[in-house]
Amino acid sequence: MIQQVQNPILEIHDLSVSYDRKPVLWGVDLSIPKGALVGIIGPNGAGKSTLIKSIMGLIPLNGGYVKLFDKDLDDVREKVSYVPQRESVDWDFPASVMDVVLMGRYNKLGLFSRPRKADRDAARFALEQVGMQEFAKRQISQLSGGQQQRVFLARALAQQADIYFMDEPFAGVDAATEKAIIKILKDMSEAGKTVIVVHHDLQSVAKYFDWLIMLNLRLVASGPTDKVFNEKLLEEAYGGKLTLLTEVGQLIKQEKFPGIEK
Amino acid sequence: MNDLIIIATGSLVAISCGLLGCFLILRKMAMVGDAISHAVLPGIVIAFYISGERDSIVMLIGAGLIGILTTFLIEFLHQKGKLQSDASIGVTFTWLFALGVILISYYGRNVDIDQDCVLHGEIAYVPIDLWITEGGTNLGPRVLYVMSFVTLAIIVFIKIGYRGLFFTTFDASYAAAIGISTVLWHYLLMGFVSLATVASFESVGAILVVAFLIVPPASAYLLTNKLPKMLMLSVVFGVLSATGGYYLAKSLDGSIAGAMATVSGLLFALTFFYTRLKANPVTSSSPVLQES
Ligand SMILES: Nc1ncnc2c1ncn2[C@@H]1O[C@H](COP(=O)(O)OP(=O)(O)OP(=O)(O)O)[C@@H](O)[C@H]1O
Ligand SMILES: [Mg+2]
Repeated sequence: MIQQVQNPILEIHDLSVSYDRKPVLWGVDLSIPKGALVGIIGPNGAGKSTLIKSIMGLIPLNGGYVKLFDKDLDDVREKVSYVPQRESVDWDFPASVMDVVLMGRYNKLGLFSRPRKADRDAARFALEQVGMQEFAKRQISQLSGGQQQRVFLARALAQQADIYFMDEPFAGVDAATEKAIIKILKDMSEAGKTVIVVHHDLQSVAKYFDWLIMLNLRLVASGPTDKVFNEKLLEEAYGGKLTLLTEVGQLIKQEKFPGIEK
Repeated sequence: MNDLIIIATGSLVAISCGLLGCFLILRKMAMVGDAISHAVLPGIVIAFYISGERDSIVMLIGAGLIGILTTFLIEFLHQKGKLQSDASIGVTFTWLFALGVILISYYGRNVDIDQDCVLHGEIAYVPIDLWITEGGTNLGPRVLYVMSFVTLAIIVFIKIGYRGLFFTTFDASYAAAIGISTVLWHYLLMGFVSLATVASFESVGAILVVAFLIVPPASAYLLTNKLPKMLMLSVVFGVLSATGGYYLAKSLDGSIAGAMATVSGLLFALTFFYTRLKANPVTSSSPVLQES
């Protein structure tokens, strides 16, 4: 089930990606409406990170194209933000929390100018949003995993973009932080920003997201959560992992999820 | 006076290598510095053969190009050839270095270039290798000019390129996502590492350069977790090694460059034990950081 939308904020057409000729994604064709809070789900190795990286232009495409705001990425970069998987950097790097959050300001500022007061204020505000204001001067090597994740999020927020791509922002954060972060994301989505999040926990999918992309090397589904979050499509995406599917089946029944009832 | 010239030259080498070395070790590319310092050898010899003199710009450029070629080959073997990165480093630089050794032994018979000098340098000759203008004016030691110029260029590069280097080193994918060319910064850094290596080879030799590239930054890394401070400290460690090394060599009547590298190693050992000592009492009673 792939639902296309009018005037999409993100449009992917017939996208194929491969690593050393081994195809990882093929024929991905989807569109996302403005202001959606989107979850990308699928098993390990399904190509979720690969999809985000190819949208961000970090890996070459084999075929197809990606349009953001109906334009090429290069024309709209400052409106686009990205939160990489937390493990992708060395947290022993000699930098402070503020240094990292300020990185979010440089696509407006240019590499060769100093951050102005407005930039520091924006960075501080972003830290406040994720509850990390007291940590601004802390060295990043002295943060817990969850705090690191929040710093990455603050950096993206400081960018004040219109569309956000986040690779597993909830990995390793505690329940309270997860709640705080999802609140921020929901507020952003209400304010008209589009947020696209790779997510692993199927239990919370229906609660968090209003749109879902289901992947397993190919696109299994893309559409409003109440239309695509059902047993049949989950089985297609996760392929016969029975225990998991029965669990989810129960979950769906428990919550009396509207889309499944009929 | 000669003392001062030698110490100044050694310090300039240590400063330019130390500043660049900080970024090499943060990029986990310390061994690429090693590779470049060896691989520029054929570049030095070929450039020397073409230009016929040691102080030419041709030499700096020739070896600088080989340095970049080296990094390019390493990347190529690793990314396209699917070889592990340490193996591609090993294959690339040993091969280029060997080529340089053959070239030296071949050309060395006809021209004034000898293996020992290129590999181990002869900083003691720096004061007597003067720059005399056509009119006959003595401007002082030539190598000192070259090193001053290179050091200045590197300081300017790091000052201007600080954020580019920082961003692409810390988080290359985010940097690329906000439109910074990671490839450009990679090759810029490698180009400057090659330049520093080539400029230093006359004084400390192509091999000991590695000590100046890696050891002072490694000591600095242990002492601080702020990047600007790490850069400053590696300069301090570098200058201390050059100065201490000179007097050590003098008292032992041994190789000056060797003694400088030795002192940098000693300083590293001291730093290492100091940080261990400082860390131990803390770990036993470390207060748990409270999250809000
Ligand atoms: N750099 C790479 N080189 C070669 N193959 C890769 C590379 N990165 C990923 N792959 C392969 O591509 C496939 C998709 O990987 P990807 O990282 O996109 O999965 P994912 O859905 O993000 O998984 P996870 O849930 O584990 O994060 C996997 O089979 C993986 O082995
Ligand atoms: Mg992933």
